[in-house]
Amino acid sequence: MAKVKVKKQNTFIDMTAMSDVTVLLLTFFMLTSTFIQKEPIQVNTPASVSEFTIPETNILTILVDAKGKIFLSLDNTSDRVEALKAVGEDYGYEFTGQQLTIFKNLSTFGVPMAVMKEFLDYPTEEQDKYLSDVANSRVGIPTDSVEVRDMKGVISRDNEFKRWVGHAKQASKDRQEKLVEKGIQEDVYDLQIAIKADQTTHYPVVKKVMDDLRDMRENRYLLITNLKTASNE
Amino acid sequence: MSEVQVKESGEGGKNKQKKQTLRVDFTPMVDMNMLLITFFMFCTTLLKPQTMNLNMPSKDVVDEKEKNKARESSAITLILGGNNEVYYYEGMPQESDYENPDFLKTSAYGAEGIRKYLLKRNAGTYEKIQALKIEKGEGKITEQEFKEQSVKIQDEAMKKLKIAPTVMIKVSDLATYKNMVDALDEMTICNIGVYAVIDLADGDRHLLYRKTSNGEYLTEAQRAAAKK
Repeated sequence: MAKVKVKKQNTFIDMTAMSDVTVLLLTFFMLTSTFIQKEPIQVNTPASVSEFTIPETNILTILVDAKGKIFLSLDNTSDRVEALKAVGEDYGYEFTGQQLTIFKNLSTFGVPMAVMKEFLDYPTEEQDKYLSDVANSRVGIPTDSVEVRDMKGVISRDNEFKRWVGHAKQASKDRQEKLVEKGIQEDVYDLQIAIKADQTTHYPVVKKVMDDLRDMRENRYLLITNLKTASNE
Repeated sequence: MSEVQVKESGEGGKNKQKKQTLRVDFTPMVDMNMLLITFFMFCTTLLKPQTMNLNMPSKDVVDEKEKNKARESSAITLILGGNNEVYYYEGMPQESDYENPDFLKTSAYGAEGIRKYLLKRNAGTYEKIQALKIEKGEGKITEQEFKEQSVKIQDEAMKKLKIAPTVMIKVSDLATYKNMVDALDEMTICNIGVYAVIDLADGDRHLLYRKTSNGEYLTEAQRAAAKK
């Protein structure tokens, strides 16, 4: 029997072109990406036909979950720290440099001032665990208005939520005024307030948030929604 | 492409040239890139969330003129109840209306419900803006012009022609946030120029309760609780 000669065939595939494509794709994703921010709660926003996109800077997002817990998210890190200092001062808390640095890196925050110091000392995993405890009443920024005598002895009905918003607004204004003085920025822009609430949140909770904001003469909000598609019509 | 030919002069002085191919295998490189791409794809949000502008009436300034404007017959009041129910009535209720169970009409969210009614009431403005939209689609006018002109149409319908309805959205405590956003959405879809989200008045609460409980009345205790 004649031996069948198997011809050796070279099956080398040139991957250079493939590599080119993947590098291009990678570059595209790297340049266009904005990372998903870590949020302690999952919020399902309602759908709307509105086509405005959310502004990128100078925005305070109020997260309201289905149970009515409130979290805040301030996009500017230096404003975030200034706001914490100012609110801390109202309630007589002072933070160490270490705690301020940790807070600077918290994109979304929401614990009462009374436990804030303790919370900031936790390692990250502990913090997440603390925030995910739904039953804990010491998660979320308190909005109950009881008369409080603050450290300066002034009686006010401002709750913690109002103070956070007020101080965040002030911090943003102060920062921008400095920039205007230096001639970097032309004008001082108001801090925009966005409300990101779950679609199943009961209206009274949202109403309370809006009422508190209206007390501070904040009457314009951005409601964060999904784009409505034909399927959920 | 991944082959580089290297010329090598062989065995001293004999001038024999040996061709050697230097081949770089790009497969691991592609593998790594794919992994990176996957990572970026999972971690990014390409779609920025949409937002809806909402202007709430200011608390401290009570503008009597604005209030009276809404008293006109062009006013429509939407009451958002629980269980995704929506009701509406026209104009300002008279005393006899509170006793009339059919004064408050039942409707639903979406195209077949409240939108149908609102479009009928706002037909003039809606058609004009739709025509504008088509012009924009054909590239006759720019986005900016479209916005300016649609505001002008809404303004004209409100002030000059007095045909545009004013919608008051009254959200009851039983409604959810989604209900409110849906109602606001209808305003955008139907090109309603003037609308506001306001609190339920005692009368509205009474109407809503009668409607949902087959003509029963609110008790004193319930009324007090609702006020709180």
